[in-house]
Amino acid sequence: MKKLFVLLIALTLGLSLAACAENTEAGELKEEGKVLNIRVWNDEFIGRFRTFYPGYLETKANGQDLLDDGTVVNWIEVANDNNGYQNALDTALLNQDSAAADDKIDMFLIEADYAKKYANDTYAMDVIGELGIPEHTLSQQYQYTKDIVTDDSGILRAVSWQATPGLFAYRTDIAEEVLGVSDPEDVQALLDSWEKFDAVAEDMKAEDYVMISGFDDAYRAYSNNTSAPWVNEDGEIIVDNQIIEWIKQTKTYTDNGYNNQTGLWSDGWFKDMGPEGNAFGFFFSTWGINFTLKDASKADAEGPEEVGNGLYGKYHVIEGPASFYWGGTWLVAAKGTDNPTLVRDIMMKMTANEKIATDITLQTEDYTNHMAAMDAIANDEEYGSKFLGGQNHIALFNESASTIDMKNISPYDQGLNESIQQSFKDYFLGTITWNQAWAAFEEKISTLYPELELKTIPADPFA
Amino acid sequence: MTRSRVNLFLQKTFVYTILITMALLIIFIFYTLLVNASRTHVDIQKGFSAFFGNYFGKNLENLLANNNINVLNAMKNSFIIATATAFLSTYVSALTAYSIHLYRFKGRNFLFMFILAVMMIPSQIASVGLITILYSIGFVVNYFVLIVPAMAAPATFFFLKQYLDTILNFELVEAARVDGAGEIRIFHTIVMPLIKPALAIQFIFSFVASWNNFFFPSLIIQSPNKRTIPIVISLLKNSSPDSFDLGPVYMLMVLSIFPMIIVFIIFSKQIIKGITLGSVKG
Amino acid sequence: MKNKRKTRINYAKWGYRFVIPFVVVYVVFSLIPLLSTFFYSFFEYYFKFGGLEKVGPNFNFLDNYILLFTEGKFFKYFGNTMLIWIMGFIPQVIVSLLLALWFSSTRLNIKAQGFFKTIVYMPNLVMAAAFSLLFLKLFSNNGPVTNFLFESNIIGESFSFVDQNWSTRGLLSFMNYLMWFGNTTILLMAGIMGIDKGILESAQVDGANTIQTFFRIVLPLLRPILLFVLVTSLVGGVQLFDLPQIFTAGSGGPEMGSMTVIMYISRLLGVSKQYGLAGAASTLLFIMTAIVSLGFFFIFYRKEVIPRKSIREGEDK
Repeated sequence: MKKLFVLLIALTLGLSLAACAENTEAGELKEEGKVLNIRVWNDEFIGRFRTFYPGYLETKANGQDLLDDGTVVNWIEVANDNNGYQNALDTALLNQDSAAADDKIDMFLIEADYAKKYANDTYAMDVIGELGIPEHTLSQQYQYTKDIVTDDSGILRAVSWQATPGLFAYRTDIAEEVLGVSDPEDVQALLDSWEKFDAVAEDMKAEDYVMISGFDDAYRAYSNNTSAPWVNEDGEIIVDNQIIEWIKQTKTYTDNGYNNQTGLWSDGWFKDMGPEGNAFGFFFSTWGINFTLKDASKADAEGPEEVGNGLYGKYHVIEGPASFYWGGTWLVAAKGTDNPTLVRDIMMKMTANEKIATDITLQTEDYTNHMAAMDAIANDEEYGSKFLGGQNHIALFNESASTIDMKNISPYDQGLNESIQQSFKDYFLGTITWNQAWAAFEEKISTLYPELELKTIPADPFA
Repeated sequence: MTRSRVNLFLQKTFVYTILITMALLIIFIFYTLLVNASRTHVDIQKGFSAFFGNYFGKNLENLLANNNINVLNAMKNSFIIATATAFLSTYVSALTAYSIHLYRFKGRNFLFMFILAVMMIPSQIASVGLITILYSIGFVVNYFVLIVPAMAAPATFFFLKQYLDTILNFELVEAARVDGAGEIRIFHTIVMPLIKPALAIQFIFSFVASWNNFFFPSLIIQSPNKRTIPIVISLLKNSSPDSFDLGPVYMLMVLSIFPMIIVFIIFSKQIIKGITLGSVKG
Repeated sequence: MKNKRKTRINYAKWGYRFVIPFVVVYVVFSLIPLLSTFFYSFFEYYFKFGGLEKVGPNFNFLDNYILLFTEGKFFKYFGNTMLIWIMGFIPQVIVSLLLALWFSSTRLNIKAQGFFKTIVYMPNLVMAAAFSLLFLKLFSNNGPVTNFLFESNIIGESFSFVDQNWSTRGLLSFMNYLMWFGNTTILLMAGIMGIDKGILESAQVDGANTIQTFFRIVLPLLRPILLFVLVTSLVGGVQLFDLPQIFTAGSGGPEMGSMTVIMYISRLLGVSKQYGLAGAASTLLFIMTAIVSLGFFFIFYRKEVIPRKSIREGEDK
């Protein structure tokens, strides 16, 4: 018996010792200098930081970054499956006060869909008042990127390095064949309203092409143009006419064969972007072109990035029937951080520095949050994206970015947008009726948000 | 005699046909995993292929070179946690099963029913409460936190208990007692060898379950150097569009299976050995 | 000397000592958290505005339970879960039993057993999420299996595995079957190999044929292991999450027919962190699982809940 206990105790001790050994390791880091903990849900900002932050020296074998002042950046990456990122962040924020200085969250990233949850006095530092970033340094940032993270008392709580205007990317070869024109101005003239868009869809069908690939392609172009937030002050869900218009259009497109019934991010959707696809175009945002469309458009994935490889050079971008936005990431300085000066510096350099903003755009073709820098590239006649056949897409974004308005976002957007897309898929396919689709929507939202109610089911536009 | 021989031949043909069909189906699934591990991200995204790509080495290289995730370290973590969990949970459950099987003590029936009831509670539910409690007492994330809660494994206990019901005679224990062996010695030298096949099975199952466990570790592990394989896979799957690459994801899925196959082969030999040993003794 | 000491040994004490590690670990790491789950099931406790503002905890006694009963979602999802489980479990137990018998039959004397056993167990090694992802690729609307079946005229052009309720459920059951039948086979084999060969031989000497031996001797002796398989599979089935979550991208599938209870609970605990309602749903799920399992116990052991035959007197003999 004793032996057994000794054995168990030895095991327990052994394990705790192993744990202690790791603790001392962390202790050594402390001696080296400060530790900056940044929470992210994927590696996008990590990559940006390493390429463009001037203070970055090197990445150590354990994935931490070393900065020139001796600070170590500890990236805490938690994937957002099943709300995982926010759950982990919430738990950590709850324990922010009791955490040791080097374990405190110093900075974390948020998305537009749940920005309001964190960009407030509870979790986020005042960017101007507390961190001391001079207001004029942020003057070149698009106003909407500031509005969305400004709290009720008018205090700015976060900053973003990107602006994300939406676009419609179309295939010039199909445009030439079906419409007889392929230049962005000409095509835009044929697609500048939803009525014209629908008419072109019919022409596409006649030539065995589809206008768009799937059900949700056009969703953001509608849902970001609603006249009011999803939920009113009494917690009642208001289905905007734009949402009804999206349902109407998608149902018509599905019934008439104007789409290929794919879902976003599905195999079929990616296939439709490539040379084997027959889709005329895709609604995207700035980040969609170089990171998603370009890869998927190639015939030979590892072949050279040049005209001749699949559809390389054959896509062009236009504003399309409606201007919209899609996505966006903000940096938040966490309350209780022990590195406010460094956080301030990262925020200023990564989001408000003209030179860095220019570099990011020139290197990645992404659209950054600095109006002067973007103006310069938009007006540079030499500039053009090879993938877009030499088109200066920054010029296009420059026009639409200034029109973005996020005043209608609500804290429920993520769940409601997802639920309506999921619920209406069966309706588009014809397996359920209009009322059943709304019942499914209600079923989903009542699980997600107990305080919300859908009081009136919108009238069936086809009835 | 000839008739039964023909019968046997037909039976054998039937059995082998089914076995081979089944094996082919399963091999096909693993084949698709391997094929995807050898293709480029863009090709995988566009759909399926029956043929190998030539990107196997490159995917492996990309996977190992990615120091955001440090795959080898994750393998090490997973291996330590899975081995310790499998060993401890099997041992502790065997002790408990043996106790309830053999000794008559007050509350024994209650304990048995209680552990069975425990088994029916979805593990995900306890996890949420556990994390709240762990945070409130200010725990440190280390192997210990991942291994110890898994030590009390109701299903492992239940299986060993059921196995003991079919196999262990009280006379055997009584004979050992008469020979003067202590209770702990009886358990270690007589009972454990006797139930070796069951222990081996539960070791394998616990190892695999721990190796593949995503839910609980994902809620508490946040430090990069503590990550396990499933967490790394989920991070890779959720990469940002500019670095998203499915090739290494499939590669890691393939790589993560090998340690388990090795554990299975080693311990499934123990199952057979244990059985022959037992029959020699019997 | 030794004999004298032996009489003084308190065997019940040994019983307690042997269960201590298990019980302590369980109470600390599972029971206390579970009790807190149960506790909050009687409270209104969630976060509104997408997780921003805490509501409660306010004691509301049975309101959460009443909501679960009146809303009906819980029972719909429980039905989905059981259906997917049963459709996979029936073939699973039949095939596993057959395989276990074949593998352990000296008459058939199957060659390459190690190979077959390893292969059969291999699906269990793949993470459920990865397995699901692979099946989604194979059976998607332009996936290879769908295309192959269409080209061989087995399914029509408009047929879609992933857009229809029953085909989605069927595939989930099939995946569950494929992942677990090797596991069950191994368990049953261990049970069969534990059976005294002498009993089987004497039965055959007495003229019993294979089928008679199986039903009269093997099956009754396998009872404890079969019960284990049944109950653990039920418990695993009730907890089905990864397969449908990945396969339906969290949507619950067409007509939400593949939404399982754990998916539901995980959504409750998601953005709005509904600890109250989720606690009630968990408690209800536990009660329903326990009722079904108890049913199995009674079927297997009639009036005897715990088999007493092997207990014997561990103490006062």
